[in-house]
Amino acid sequence: MSDNSRAELYQQVILEHHHKPRNFGEMADATHDAEGYNPLCGDHLHIYLHVDDNNLIDNVMFKGDGCAISRASASMMTVALKGKPVAEAKTLYEEFHQLILGHLKPEKDPNQLGKLAIFSGIWQYPSRVKCASLCWHTMKGALDKTKSVSTE
Amino acid sequence: MAKPQLFDVKKIRKDFPNLSVKVHGKTVVYLDNAATTLKPQSVIDATVHHYSAETSNIHRGVHYLSEKATAEYEKTRESVRAFLNAAKSSEIIFTKGTTDSINLVAHSYGRTFLQKGDEVIISEMEHHSNIVPWQILREEKGIVLKVIPMNNNGEFSVADFEKQLSPKTKFVSLVYISNSLGTINPVAEIIKISHRQNIPVLIDAAQTVNHMPVDVQKLDCDFLALSGHKLYGPTGVGVLYGKTDLLNKMPPYQGGGDMISSVTFEKTTYNVLPYKFEAGTPNIAGVIALKAAIDYINSISFENIMQHEQELLDYGTKVLTKIPGLRLIGTAKHKAAILAFVLPNIHAHDLGTLVDEDGIAIRTGHHCTQPVMKHFGIPATSRVSLAFYNTKEELDLLAASVKKAIKVFSPKL
Ligand SMILES: Cc1ncc(COP(=O)(O)O)c(C=O)c1O
Repeated sequence: MSDNSRAELYQQVILEHHHKPRNFGEMADATHDAEGYNPLCGDHLHIYLHVDDNNLIDNVMFKGDGCAISRASASMMTVALKGKPVAEAKTLYEEFHQLILGHLKPEKDPNQLGKLAIFSGIWQYPSRVKCASLCWHTMKGALDKTKSVSTE
Repeated sequence: MAKPQLFDVKKIRKDFPNLSVKVHGKTVVYLDNAATTLKPQSVIDATVHHYSAETSNIHRGVHYLSEKATAEYEKTRESVRAFLNAAKSSEIIFTKGTTDSINLVAHSYGRTFLQKGDEVIISEMEHHSNIVPWQILREEKGIVLKVIPMNNNGEFSVADFEKQLSPKTKFVSLVYISNSLGTINPVAEIIKISHRQNIPVLIDAAQTVNHMPVDVQKLDCDFLALSGHKLYGPTGVGVLYGKTDLLNKMPPYQGGGDMISSVTFEKTTYNVLPYKFEAGTPNIAGVIALKAAIDYINSISFENIMQHEQELLDYGTKVLTKIPGLRLIGTAKHKAAILAFVLPNIHAHDLGTLVDEDGIAIRTGHHCTQPVMKHFGIPATSRVSLAFYNTKEELDLLAASVKKAIKVFSPKL
């Protein structure tokens, strides 16, 4: 692996979201929520969504403990989802999934990932892929009304 | 026995080919010995030799190769007997590892001799492999699990054990050295007290037999479990030591070839010890290579191993505790060369990934001891576990790498 892979995984954007997570906290009037748990590393997330009458996600929040990757990923996910229709959130979920497995190459495959493309190198760290994906699985679980999600 | 040679770590390191492997362009710094130890060349050679020159099944052929393989296999049994100072080699049963050994006892002894309401004592610092088999038995038989709590240094006392002891206690199963804390538990005294009530005691010695000599007769434990791969030997092979009278009373764990003396459809007569508990073709090459591992340890001597590891532990404690904010998890008075810690602003997994970039292998996570993590209110630790081939220079490299990681993580103002 190249010598700058550390720089690749812990880029400033990720560290910045880790230090100052967006949309962090509980949501009292959530229409959907779920808890995600990664038993391997003890990461624990709670995702809250508010979906309005037009099937638009007008608010997203998260809470929980985890490593920098899981926290930054959750923070960036909330930013990406806010204001999006539920159907688009599910598309993003699919694309993010393909991205972190290394199947979707953001520079050449068409996608809506935007800033989330920063996680494209994580497939090189198989033990860390789940850190990045936990929030997405949990969000999907919330939309599908599954109360508890585990990565195992 | 030959007088132990002078301890020369540089020379010893040459016996471990895995120590010169490059990780991300740097020579590996292997500090994950509690997960598994590296193997000396002699263990690798013994494995290769079996597969390239002496392949055969055991205990079932009259031809030369089968007799040779059987003899080599049985030599390891004698070697393990001597290593643990067991009274008889028939008290040494080969298993897949510590997990398998504990499950054997929970299954065979537990299902037969433990009844509803009987209490089994374990401790808060058990590896999951010494928790879950007893919970399975609890579901099945209605036994009661009693847990000895530990203090914030990660230790429990004989008195703490006695508080859990009751007339209903029928079995005790304890870890000798904790894999996540390094604590050396006062098992000898606990065994003595348990025996006053005729309670059998199983000792999980997975993390012990590589750090210090264990004498099962002196300890007087009833069962002892260990894994070959944590003893500089191969994976997939382990040992259950058990006292003859207990093993004789116990029904077989699994049925199959080798564990029988005669089979008809009406009735099967079980084989004698230890074969009664060794059903099917075992890990022959693994068992044979385990002897090479024990020979290797003996050639270095525990005297040297303990002295060098103590120096490493002291040095590692010093350099790590100098790092601002670093908190050691596991600060028992009596401990083996295991250093687990947390940092205030870096999750263990981030640290593990960052030091890995410097070729440093440490373990991060809950180490299969989730109750220990819960006790300290943390999700995970970073764990440095040392072996006699590690050096102070490697600990310096680790400390430097940890400091670098802290810098990466300090918020840019
Ligand atoms: C204290 C302790 N007990 C049991 C085990 C289980 O050993 P194995 O996985 O080799 O069966 C381990 C391994 O990590 C251990 O450290």
